Amino acid sequence: MSKLIVSPSPHIHSKDSTRSLMLDVVIALIPAVICSVVFYGWQELLVLGVSVASCVLLEWAITKYMLKKPSTIGDFSAVITGILLALNVPYTTPWWVIVIGSIVAIGVAKMTFGGLGQNIWNPALVGRVFLLVSFPTYMTTWSQPQGLFGVDAISGPTPLGTVQEGLMQGATVQELTSAYNYKDLLFANLGGSAGEVCALALLAGFVYLCCRKVIKPWITLSIFATVALTSLIFWGIDPARFTDPAFNLLTGGLILGACFMATDYVTSPMSVWGGVVFGVGIGFLTMMIRYFGSYPEGVSFAILIMNSVVPLLNMWFKQKKFGRK
Amino acid sequence: MSKRTFSIGGVHPHDNKMSRECALEQLPLAPTVYISVAQHIGAPAVPVVAVGDKVKVGQVIAEPGGFVSTFIHSSVSGTVKSIGPRADLAGKPSSHIEIAVEGDEWAEGIDTTDTLVTEIPSDNKAIIEKIRRGGVVGLGGATVPTHVKLSPPPGSKCERVIINGCECEPYLTSDYRTLLEKGDKVVVGAAILRQVMGNVPCTIAIEENKPEAIAHIREVIARLGYQGIDVMVMKMMYPQGGEKQLIDAVMHRQVGSGALPISVGAVVQNVCTTLAVYDAVQKNKPIVDNSVTVTGACFPKQANLMVRVGTPLKYIVDYLGGVPESAAKVISGGPMMGRAVANLEAATVKGTGGLLFLTEAETRRQSAGNCIRCGKCADACPMGLEPFLLNKLSKAGDVEALEANAAHDCIECGCCMYSCPAHIPLLDNIRMGKGAALGAIRARAAAAKAAAEAAKK
Ligand code: SF4
Ligand code: SF4
Repeated sequence: MSKLIVSPSPHIHSKDSTRSLMLDVVIALIPAVICSVVFYGWQELLVLGVSVASCVLLEWAITKYMLKKPSTIGDFSAVITGILLALNVPYTTPWWVIVIGSIVAIGVAKMTFGGLGQNIWNPALVGRVFLLVSFPTYMTTWSQPQGLFGVDAISGPTPLGTVQEGLMQGATVQELTSAYNYKDLLFANLGGSAGEVCALALLAGFVYLCCRKVIKPWITLSIFATVALTSLIFWGIDPARFTDPAFNLLTGGLILGACFMATDYVTSPMSVWGGVVFGVGIGFLTMMIRYFGSYPEGVSFAILIMNSVVPLLNMWFKQKKFGRK
Repeated sequence: MSKRTFSIGGVHPHDNKMSRECALEQLPLAPTVYISVAQHIGAPAVPVVAVGDKVKVGQVIAEPGGFVSTFIHSSVSGTVKSIGPRADLAGKPSSHIEIAVEGDEWAEGIDTTDTLVTEIPSDNKAIIEKIRRGGVVGLGGATVPTHVKLSPPPGSKCERVIINGCECEPYLTSDYRTLLEKGDKVVVGAAILRQVMGNVPCTIAIEENKPEAIAHIREVIARLGYQGIDVMVMKMMYPQGGEKQLIDAVMHRQVGSGALPISVGAVVQNVCTTLAVYDAVQKNKPIVDNSVTVTGACFPKQANLMVRVGTPLKYIVDYLGGVPESAAKVISGGPMMGRAVANLEAATVKGTGGLLFLTEAETRRQSAGNCIRCGKCADACPMGLEPFLLNKLSKAGDVEALEANAAHDCIECGCCMYSCPAHIPLLDNIRMGKGAALGAIRARAAAAKAAAEAAKK
């Protein structure tokens, strides 16, 4: 026995650490990563590699050379941003576009706010939206999945894009969506960015995170419920103009957004009720953008908009204090 | 019936009850004991012996220094060697009475036999006086003199006595062993308490990880034929043994900020305190010893010992084979709320319930990272507070905001800091914030009082 340590209680700590929680998120994303590589082939692997590597390198360089602080890449949050960014862009995106996306995500949306925990908006989403606005051609030319061992890729718009465009030209939803069957959507047989096509793999990751108590399911479930309900109402009113609930749940990165980006600790409310309101907001805004906006895909914008009101939600929805009114 | 627990927050640390199978064992007498005169909440007791006096076990050696204070008895027989300051468990000097042990002779009138006395005196005033004279204090942590708790202020009425057998702190097993081995006495003690409070119902709350104790106490109640005492099985959850949490769990009532349990009709006593009540009332035996769990993964010999008050920690540890090489921290109490011990020369007090040895790996603090706003601290807080916010406010010293966010409601349970994945030393900072908020509230109360006095004149 050398000298006894004397420090205040508590003297023990749970096994959770920032690193272990983030690592769990990475693990939860693995099924979707595997799925996307299988469906899109080596090009998707390249996208993932470039995205993760540039996010991590950038964070390392910024902490080391600009902030002159100990590196924070060990917490794995940059890896998550990298994977999410990659899953949010088409596999045909050129590598330099992805690097720009990661500069915006890590450099602008995360580190300028002070790093992990300080940012207001989800970094990967900021990166994605920036690319969507700046490089619309790369970001909206989707290709039919060709697969790891597949034949030549067939270029074409995503289901949501098809519908949006079709509607503008006066077609009805029934005509447009009759081409898709929901089994294909669920099992990733249609065009879209990687993260949009592996519904089951993403859901498996979500279940894993809930079981490990990394996240609570309420935000995600309330997004799903709101999207389903809103589209049910509109579709019930006019099925020729509005797409149906199942279509809306399964397309356009809704599952990726609801499971992995809306649940980001830093940019989502802390309390259960705050989370529910947050989820309802995202679901509703997503549907409004999809039905009435000019972008076919509303999830990213909806999440970013709701990110901005998180401080308010945290203020309004608090745990009732013990023994107080 | 489904198992109960409190309604907000809480954590599940591994319970690590390694010493649960170790029966209570009498620790041999130390050659010298050092009895503190300030081992309870309230005014220190005033010594009534002088250097050179001969004392017997159970003899009063210090008298209360106020209403919220208590008697202190010699835990050994022998000669008073000195009276003066000595470092206590926290390393702060406080007044101790040093007694050199000679033999083991008990004072007159104390029944030292083991026969169970179930006949309870009918005069409640006399019972409370016996409890006061027995130096009984709450042994669950806060060491509030028990007679104070049993004398509710006028206008308040007790509706239920709760015996706290949760022992929700990991590692500790002394309450558990007491329930198992001295269950009869504890149940009689509970019967005394409910009689004193006006024949109200009494609930003995035990967590589900102690099924043997639950079965045993149920059997004792049935055997002794007591009505109005029942056992309630609680879910395992820390800090269930916290007074406010336990009342919430048992009675579904929440004690308000700054209020006493009696304001919602509850009186809570710990298992060992209940045993001490039995001893004081039925046997005339004051608190001279208490049960201490000595444990830790790195500690070679687990034990639950009956230790005379004032025994130096070093003596206990040496009896069990000395401090293990790998121990980095010694804690008086449990790992969540116990105090790290600075020196092993310090002596036990009535409230010493455990001696825990942790290795560096078990207790090392990781360096703190950024708050990731995960909300785990807020989810864990049993008082419904926002530890991440209180942490920030404490560091900024914003007393007004601390008060508005109820920093003074913090019970220092440590759940927030235990849960924080960023390893932020939340409670270290919140303690300071709590102190500042309490200070502001007290200063205001004092100022208001002074103003009222001035207005009278
Ligand atoms: S120590 Fe205080 S702030 Fe932290 S969880 Fe316990 S009561 Fe809440
Ligand atoms: S648990 Fe720690 S990291 Fe999470 S919100 Fe609380 S202070 Fe921040």
